[in-house]
Amino acid sequence: MFQTADMLRIFNAHRGDAIVVPGRGGRHWAQISTRPTRDVPVGDPAMGGHAGFALGLALARPADRVVLFDSEGDLLMSLGILPTVAELAPANFYHFMLDNECYATTGGQPVPNAKNVAYDVIARGCGYPRAFAFDKLDDFEASLPSILAQSGPVFVALEVVPEVENVPIGQRARWQTRTRDRVLADLRAELGVGR
Amino acid sequence: MAQTPATQDAQLDPRLVLHEMKKNGVTHVVWLPDSETNFLYQLMQADSSLQLVPVSREGLAFSIAAGLATGGEHPIILIQNTGLMESGDSLRGWTIGLQIAVVMMVGYRGWTRHGVNTDSAATYTERFLHAFGITYYLVETSADAPRISIAFEEARRTQRPVAVLMADEYHGFNR
Repeated sequence: MFQTADMLRIFNAHRGDAIVVPGRGGRHWAQISTRPTRDVPVGDPAMGGHAGFALGLALARPADRVVLFDSEGDLLMSLGILPTVAELAPANFYHFMLDNECYATTGGQPVPNAKNVAYDVIARGCGYPRAFAFDKLDDFEASLPSILAQSGPVFVALEVVPEVENVPIGQRARWQTRTRDRVLADLRAELGVGR
Repeated sequence: MAQTPATQDAQLDPRLVLHEMKKNGVTHVVWLPDSETNFLYQLMQADSSLQLVPVSREGLAFSIAAGLATGGEHPIILIQNTGLMESGDSLRGWTIGLQIAVVMMVGYRGWTRHGVNTDSAATYTERFLHAFGITYYLVETSADAPRISIAFEEARRTQRPVAVLMADEYHGFNR
Protein backbone atom coordinates (compact mmCIF):
# COMPACT_ATOMS: atom_id res chain seq x y z
CA MET A 1 0.00 0.00 0.00
CA PHE A 2 1.05 3.59 -0.53
CA GLN A 3 -0.18 7.07 0.22
CA THR A 4 -2.64 8.59 -2.24
CA ALA A 5 -0.84 11.95 -2.13
CA ASP A 6 2.51 10.34 -3.01
CA MET A 7 0.95 8.55 -5.96
CA LEU A 8 -0.74 11.73 -7.18
CA ARG A 9 2.53 13.66 -7.03
CA ILE A 10 4.09 11.03 -9.28
CA PHE A 11 1.13 11.18 -11.64
CA ASN A 12 1.27 14.96 -11.81
CA ALA A 13 4.73 14.80 -13.37
CA HIS A 14 3.25 12.81 -16.26
CA ARG A 15 -0.15 14.51 -16.44
CA GLY A 16 0.50 16.65 -19.47
CA ASP A 17 -2.69 18.45 -20.47
CA ALA A 18 -5.05 15.67 -19.40
CA ILE A 19 -8.45 16.51 -17.99
CA VAL A 20 -8.41 15.03 -14.48
CA VAL A 21 -11.46 13.89 -12.52
CA PRO A 22 -9.86 13.41 -9.11
CA GLY A 23 -12.79 11.71 -7.40
CA ARG A 24 -11.98 10.83 -3.83
CA GLY A 25 -8.38 11.84 -4.39
CA GLY A 26 -9.62 15.39 -4.76
CA ARG A 27 -8.49 16.66 -1.39
CA HIS A 28 -4.86 15.88 -2.24
CA TRP A 29 -5.09 16.69 -5.93
CA ALA A 30 -6.30 20.22 -5.16
CA GLN A 31 -2.93 20.86 -3.49
CA ILE A 32 -0.84 19.09 -6.12
CA SER A 33 -2.33 19.99 -9.50
CA THR A 34 -0.69 22.66 -11.57
CA ARG A 35 -3.52 22.81 -14.15
CA PRO A 36 -6.63 23.46 -12.04
CA THR A 37 -8.75 24.68 -14.94
CA ARG A 38 -8.43 21.19 -16.46
CA ASP A 39 -9.39 19.53 -13.16
CA VAL A 40 -12.95 18.49 -12.38
CA PRO A 41 -13.17 18.07 -8.59
CA VAL A 42 -16.93 17.82 -8.36
CA GLY A 43 -16.81 16.25 -4.91
CA ASP A 44 -19.36 13.52 -4.47
CA PRO A 45 -22.56 14.44 -6.36
CA ALA A 46 -23.91 10.90 -5.92
CA MET A 47 -21.79 7.90 -4.96
CA GLY A 48 -21.00 5.51 -7.76
CA GLY A 49 -21.10 7.99 -10.60
CA HIS A 50 -17.54 9.21 -11.09
CA ALA A 51 -16.72 6.63 -13.74
CA GLY A 52 -19.85 7.44 -15.71
CA PHE A 53 -19.13 11.16 -15.54
CA ALA A 54 -15.54 10.66 -16.69
CA LEU A 55 -16.68 8.33 -19.46
CA GLY A 56 -19.12 10.98 -20.67
CA LEU A 57 -16.34 13.57 -20.69
CA ALA A 58 -14.06 11.22 -22.60
CA LEU A 59 -16.72 10.57 -25.23
CA ALA A 60 -17.43 14.28 -25.57
CA ARG A 61 -13.74 15.24 -25.82
CA PRO A 62 -12.07 12.56 -27.91
CA ALA A 63 -9.03 14.74 -28.56
CA ASP A 64 -8.37 15.22 -24.83
CA ARG A 65 -7.00 12.58 -22.48
CA VAL A 66 -9.37 12.07 -19.55
CA VAL A 67 -7.95 10.60 -16.34
CA LEU A 68 -10.20 9.44 -13.53
CA PHE A 69 -9.24 8.58 -9.96
CA ASP A 70 -12.16 6.39 -9.00
CA SER A 71 -12.52 4.50 -5.72
CA GLU A 72 -13.39 0.90 -5.05
CA GLY A 73 -16.44 1.92 -3.01
CA ASP A 74 -17.77 3.96 -5.90
CA LEU A 75 -16.99 1.27 -8.45
CA LEU A 76 -18.65 -1.45 -6.39
CA MET A 77 -21.83 0.59 -6.51
CA SER A 78 -21.76 0.66 -10.29
CA LEU A 79 -19.73 -2.25 -11.63
CA GLY A 80 -21.99 -2.20 -14.67
CA ILE A 81 -20.09 0.83 -15.94
CA LEU A 82 -17.15 -1.39 -16.85
CA PRO A 83 -18.73 -3.20 -19.81
CA THR A 84 -20.15 0.10 -21.03
CA VAL A 85 -16.66 1.61 -21.05
CA ALA A 86 -15.25 -1.49 -22.68
CA GLU A 87 -17.86 -1.55 -25.42
CA LEU A 88 -17.42 2.12 -26.30
CA ALA A 89 -13.65 1.82 -25.82
CA PRO A 90 -12.69 5.49 -25.67
CA ALA A 91 -9.00 5.59 -26.52
CA ASN A 92 -8.57 8.72 -24.38
CA PHE A 93 -9.93 7.24 -21.12
CA TYR A 94 -7.60 6.27 -18.25
CA HIS A 95 -9.43 4.74 -15.33
CA PHE A 96 -7.36 4.70 -12.14
CA MET A 97 -9.01 3.34 -9.00
CA LEU A 98 -7.99 3.96 -5.40
CA ASP A 99 -8.53 0.82 -3.31
CA ASN A 100 -8.28 1.48 0.43
CA GLU A 101 -10.48 -1.53 1.26
CA CYS A 102 -12.93 0.56 3.25
CA TYR A 103 -15.44 3.40 3.33
CA ALA A 104 -12.98 5.92 4.72
CA THR A 105 -15.34 8.88 4.79
CA THR A 106 -17.86 7.08 6.98
CA GLY A 107 -15.41 5.79 9.57
CA GLY A 108 -13.46 3.03 7.85
CA GLN A 109 -15.95 0.20 7.65
CA PRO A 110 -14.74 -2.47 5.19
CA VAL A 111 -16.22 -2.70 1.71
CA PRO A 112 -17.68 -6.14 0.90
CA ASN A 113 -14.96 -8.81 0.74
CA ALA A 114 -12.49 -5.98 1.09
CA LYS A 115 -9.22 -7.88 0.87
CA ASN A 116 -10.17 -10.39 -1.77
CA VAL A 117 -11.44 -8.47 -4.77
CA ALA A 118 -9.20 -8.30 -7.86
CA TYR A 119 -10.53 -5.21 -9.58
CA ASP A 120 -8.06 -5.41 -12.44
CA VAL A 121 -9.32 -8.92 -13.17
CA ILE A 122 -12.91 -7.69 -13.11
CA ALA A 123 -12.06 -4.87 -15.51
CA ARG A 124 -10.29 -7.23 -17.86
CA GLY A 125 -13.18 -9.66 -17.65
CA CYS A 126 -15.57 -6.88 -18.58
CA GLY A 127 -13.56 -6.17 -21.69
CA TYR A 128 -10.96 -3.55 -20.81
CA PRO A 129 -8.08 -4.37 -23.14
CA ARG A 130 -5.50 -3.39 -20.54
CA ALA A 131 -5.71 -3.57 -16.76
CA PHE A 132 -3.06 -3.33 -14.06
CA ALA A 133 -2.77 -3.46 -10.27
CA PHE A 134 -0.12 -1.92 -8.06
CA ASP A 135 0.58 -2.20 -4.34
CA LYS A 136 4.08 -0.75 -4.41
CA LEU A 137 4.74 2.87 -5.30
CA ASP A 138 8.06 2.15 -7.00
CA ASP A 139 6.40 -0.27 -9.38
CA PHE A 140 3.66 2.23 -10.15
CA GLU A 141 6.18 4.98 -10.81
CA ALA A 142 8.19 2.78 -13.14
CA SER A 143 5.13 1.63 -15.10
CA LEU A 144 3.18 4.87 -15.33
CA PRO A 145 4.87 6.30 -18.44
CA SER A 146 4.22 3.15 -20.45
CA ILE A 147 0.63 2.94 -19.18
CA LEU A 148 -0.06 6.49 -20.30
CA ALA A 149 1.67 5.85 -23.60
CA GLN A 150 -0.89 3.19 -24.48
CA SER A 151 -4.29 4.02 -25.84
CA GLY A 152 -7.29 3.61 -23.58
CA PRO A 153 -9.38 2.42 -22.09
CA VAL A 154 -6.94 1.39 -19.40
CA PHE A 155 -7.80 0.33 -15.86
CA VAL A 156 -5.30 0.69 -13.01
CA ALA A 157 -6.09 -0.52 -9.49
CA LEU A 158 -4.01 1.14 -6.77
CA GLU A 159 -3.79 -0.13 -3.21
CA VAL A 160 -3.70 2.98 -1.05
CA VAL A 161 -3.53 3.60 2.68
CA PRO A 162 -6.96 4.39 4.15
CA GLU A 163 -7.38 7.92 5.43
CA VAL A 164 -10.28 7.34 7.75
CA GLU A 165 -12.38 10.28 8.81
CA ASN A 166 -14.28 10.06 12.05
CA VAL A 167 -15.01 13.75 12.48
CA PRO A 168 -18.68 14.57 11.91
CA ILE A 169 -19.19 15.71 8.33
CA GLY A 170 -20.20 19.21 9.30
CA GLN A 171 -16.96 19.69 11.26
CA ARG A 172 -14.52 18.47 8.62
CA ALA A 173 -12.05 20.86 7.05
CA ARG A 174 -13.17 21.88 3.59
CA TRP A 175 -10.60 20.96 0.96
CA GLN A 176 -12.42 22.36 -2.05
CA THR A 177 -10.93 25.56 -3.36
CA ARG A 178 -13.78 26.22 -5.82
CA THR A 179 -17.50 25.66 -5.81
CA ARG A 180 -18.88 22.91 -8.02
CA ASP A 181 -20.43 25.52 -10.32
CA ARG A 182 -17.09 27.28 -10.61
CA VAL A 183 -15.31 24.02 -11.40
CA LEU A 184 -17.63 23.28 -14.31
CA ALA A 185 -17.59 26.88 -15.54
CA ASP A 186 -13.77 26.91 -15.49
CA LEU A 187 -13.59 23.64 -17.41
CA ARG A 188 -16.08 24.80 -20.01
CA ALA A 189 -14.11 28.00 -20.49
CA GLU A 190 -10.88 26.02 -20.77
CA LEU A 191 -12.41 23.74 -23.39
CA GLY A 192 -14.32 26.46 -25.19
CA VAL A 193 -17.62 24.77 -24.50
CA GLY A 194 -20.85 26.72 -24.14
CA ARG A 195 -23.87 25.67 -22.09
CA MET B 1 -39.70 12.98 -43.28
CA ALA B 2 -42.16 10.17 -43.76
CA GLN B 3 -45.83 10.83 -43.16
CA THR B 4 -47.57 8.86 -40.47
CA PRO B 5 -50.29 6.65 -41.93
CA ALA B 6 -53.73 7.64 -40.73
CA THR B 7 -54.31 4.20 -39.28
CA GLN B 8 -51.43 4.78 -36.88
CA ASP B 9 -52.53 8.20 -35.65
CA ALA B 10 -53.69 6.73 -32.36
CA GLN B 11 -50.20 5.44 -31.69
CA LEU B 12 -46.83 7.12 -31.40
CA ASP B 13 -44.68 6.78 -34.50
CA PRO B 14 -41.03 6.27 -33.41
CA ARG B 15 -39.91 8.06 -36.57
CA LEU B 16 -41.42 11.22 -35.09
CA VAL B 17 -39.55 10.65 -31.84
CA LEU B 18 -36.28 10.31 -33.73
CA HIS B 19 -37.10 13.44 -35.71
CA GLU B 20 -37.64 15.39 -32.49
CA MET B 21 -34.30 14.18 -31.13
CA LYS B 22 -32.42 15.24 -34.21
CA LYS B 23 -34.23 18.55 -34.43
CA ASN B 24 -32.99 19.31 -30.94
CA GLY B 25 -29.39 18.41 -31.66
CA VAL B 26 -29.12 15.19 -29.71
CA THR B 27 -25.68 13.63 -30.16
CA HIS B 28 -25.78 10.72 -27.70
CA VAL B 29 -28.57 8.45 -26.51
CA VAL B 30 -27.78 7.06 -23.06
CA TRP B 31 -30.19 4.24 -22.62
CA LEU B 32 -31.30 0.92 -21.28
CA PRO B 33 -33.71 -1.07 -23.43
CA ASP B 34 -37.33 -1.41 -22.42
CA SER B 35 -40.42 -2.76 -24.05
CA GLU B 36 -41.45 0.68 -25.27
CA THR B 37 -38.43 1.41 -27.41
CA ASN B 38 -37.33 -1.54 -29.51
CA PHE B 39 -38.46 -0.08 -32.82
CA LEU B 40 -36.90 3.25 -31.87
CA TYR B 41 -33.68 1.37 -31.11
CA GLN B 42 -33.56 0.01 -34.63
CA LEU B 43 -34.03 3.50 -36.04
CA MET B 44 -31.36 4.97 -33.79
CA GLN B 45 -28.90 2.24 -34.69
CA ALA B 46 -29.36 3.03 -38.33
CA ASP B 47 -28.71 6.74 -37.78
CA SER B 48 -25.01 7.51 -37.95
CA SER B 49 -25.45 10.93 -36.36
CA LEU B 50 -26.38 9.38 -33.00
CA GLN B 51 -24.03 7.52 -30.69
CA LEU B 52 -25.77 4.98 -28.49
CA VAL B 53 -24.39 4.61 -24.98
CA PRO B 54 -25.81 1.44 -23.44
CA VAL B 55 -26.01 1.10 -19.67
CA SER B 56 -26.85 -1.86 -17.50
CA ARG B 57 -28.44 0.11 -14.64
CA GLU B 58 -30.40 3.27 -15.20
CA GLY B 59 -28.59 5.27 -12.52
CA LEU B 60 -25.45 5.15 -14.62
CA ALA B 61 -27.18 7.14 -17.33
CA PHE B 62 -27.28 10.33 -15.28
CA SER B 63 -23.56 10.64 -14.56
CA ILE B 64 -22.71 9.70 -18.15
CA ALA B 65 -25.11 12.34 -19.44
CA ALA B 66 -23.60 14.89 -17.06
CA GLY B 67 -20.12 14.16 -18.38
CA LEU B 68 -21.26 14.38 -21.98
CA ALA B 69 -23.03 17.68 -21.39
CA THR B 70 -20.08 19.12 -19.49
CA GLY B 71 -17.89 18.25 -22.44
CA GLY B 72 -20.19 20.08 -24.84
CA GLU B 73 -22.33 17.27 -26.25
CA HIS B 74 -26.12 16.92 -26.18
CA PRO B 75 -27.26 13.66 -24.62
CA ILE B 76 -30.74 12.34 -24.07
CA ILE B 77 -31.58 9.69 -21.47
CA LEU B 78 -33.90 6.91 -22.58
CA ILE B 79 -35.08 4.64 -19.75
CA GLN B 80 -38.22 3.14 -18.23
CA ASN B 81 -40.09 4.51 -15.22
CA THR B 82 -38.96 1.55 -13.12
CA GLY B 83 -35.33 2.49 -13.74
CA LEU B 84 -36.02 6.16 -13.17
CA MET B 85 -37.22 5.38 -9.67
CA GLU B 86 -34.13 3.24 -9.09
CA SER B 87 -32.01 6.22 -10.12
CA GLY B 88 -33.16 8.79 -7.59
CA ASP B 89 -29.81 9.72 -6.09
CA SER B 90 -28.03 9.88 -9.44
CA LEU B 91 -30.78 12.08 -10.85
CA ARG B 92 -30.45 14.35 -7.83
CA GLY B 93 -26.69 14.56 -7.68
CA TRP B 94 -25.47 14.33 -11.24
CA THR B 95 -28.13 16.22 -13.17
CA ILE B 96 -30.13 18.46 -10.82
CA GLY B 97 -27.05 19.13 -8.67
CA LEU B 98 -24.76 19.91 -11.60
CA GLN B 99 -27.47 21.87 -13.42
CA ILE B 100 -27.44 19.64 -16.46
CA ALA B 101 -29.94 20.45 -19.20
CA VAL B 102 -31.07 17.00 -20.28
CA VAL B 103 -34.30 15.43 -21.44
CA MET B 104 -35.22 12.06 -19.97
CA MET B 105 -37.50 10.06 -22.21
CA VAL B 106 -39.20 7.69 -19.81
CA GLY B 107 -41.22 4.65 -20.82
CA TYR B 108 -44.38 4.92 -18.72
CA ARG B 109 -44.86 1.26 -17.88
CA GLY B 110 -48.33 0.50 -16.61
CA TRP B 111 -49.91 3.75 -17.70
CA THR B 112 -53.41 3.46 -19.10
CA ARG B 113 -56.24 5.85 -19.77
CA HIS B 114 -58.72 3.01 -19.56
CA GLY B 115 -60.10 1.63 -16.32
CA VAL B 116 -57.94 1.26 -13.23
CA ASN B 117 -54.16 1.21 -13.20
CA THR B 118 -52.89 -2.06 -11.79
CA ASP B 119 -49.15 -1.48 -12.04
CA SER B 120 -47.42 0.21 -9.11
CA ALA B 121 -44.68 1.36 -11.50
CA ALA B 122 -47.25 3.70 -12.98
CA THR B 123 -48.74 4.56 -9.60
CA TYR B 124 -45.54 6.11 -8.34
CA THR B 125 -44.03 7.60 -11.50
CA GLU B 126 -45.58 11.05 -11.38
CA ARG B 127 -45.32 11.18 -7.58
CA PHE B 128 -41.60 10.49 -7.95
CA LEU B 129 -41.19 13.29 -10.46
CA HIS B 130 -43.13 15.67 -8.23
CA ALA B 131 -40.86 14.79 -5.32
CA PHE B 132 -37.80 15.83 -7.32
CA GLY B 133 -39.48 18.89 -8.80
CA ILE B 134 -39.10 17.53 -12.33
CA THR B 135 -41.40 18.94 -14.99
CA TYR B 136 -42.83 16.31 -17.32
CA TYR B 137 -44.72 16.10 -20.58
CA LEU B 138 -46.99 13.23 -21.47
CA VAL B 139 -46.59 11.94 -25.02
CA GLU B 140 -49.20 9.42 -26.00
CA THR B 141 -49.70 9.60 -29.75
CA SER B 142 -48.00 11.08 -32.77
CA ALA B 143 -50.04 14.24 -32.30
CA ASP B 144 -48.18 14.78 -29.02
CA ALA B 145 -44.69 14.50 -30.51
CA PRO B 146 -44.09 18.29 -30.63
CA ARG B 147 -44.19 18.24 -26.83
CA ILE B 148 -40.76 16.62 -26.98
CA SER B 149 -39.35 19.86 -28.36
CA ILE B 150 -41.10 21.76 -25.57
CA ALA B 151 -39.28 19.55 -23.08
CA PHE B 152 -35.93 20.26 -24.75
CA GLU B 153 -36.60 24.00 -24.70
CA GLU B 154 -37.48 23.90 -21.02
CA ALA B 155 -34.39 21.88 -20.14
CA ARG B 156 -32.18 24.41 -21.93
CA ARG B 157 -33.94 27.37 -20.33
CA THR B 158 -33.90 26.00 -16.79
CA GLN B 159 -30.63 24.02 -16.96
CA ARG B 160 -32.42 21.12 -15.35
CA PRO B 161 -33.57 17.65 -16.34
CA VAL B 162 -37.04 17.51 -17.86
CA ALA B 163 -39.02 14.30 -18.41
CA VAL B 164 -41.05 13.11 -21.35
CA LEU B 165 -43.38 10.30 -20.33
CA MET B 166 -43.94 7.91 -23.20
CA ALA B 167 -47.42 7.01 -22.16
CA ASP B 168 -48.04 4.10 -24.41
CA GLU B 169 -45.98 1.54 -26.17
CA TYR B 170 -45.50 2.07 -29.86
CA HIS B 171 -47.26 -1.17 -30.54
CA GLY B 172 -50.30 -0.11 -28.51
CA PHE B 173 -50.33 -3.00 -26.07
CA ASN B 174 -51.95 -0.80 -23.45
CA ARG B 175 -54.95 0.01 -25.57
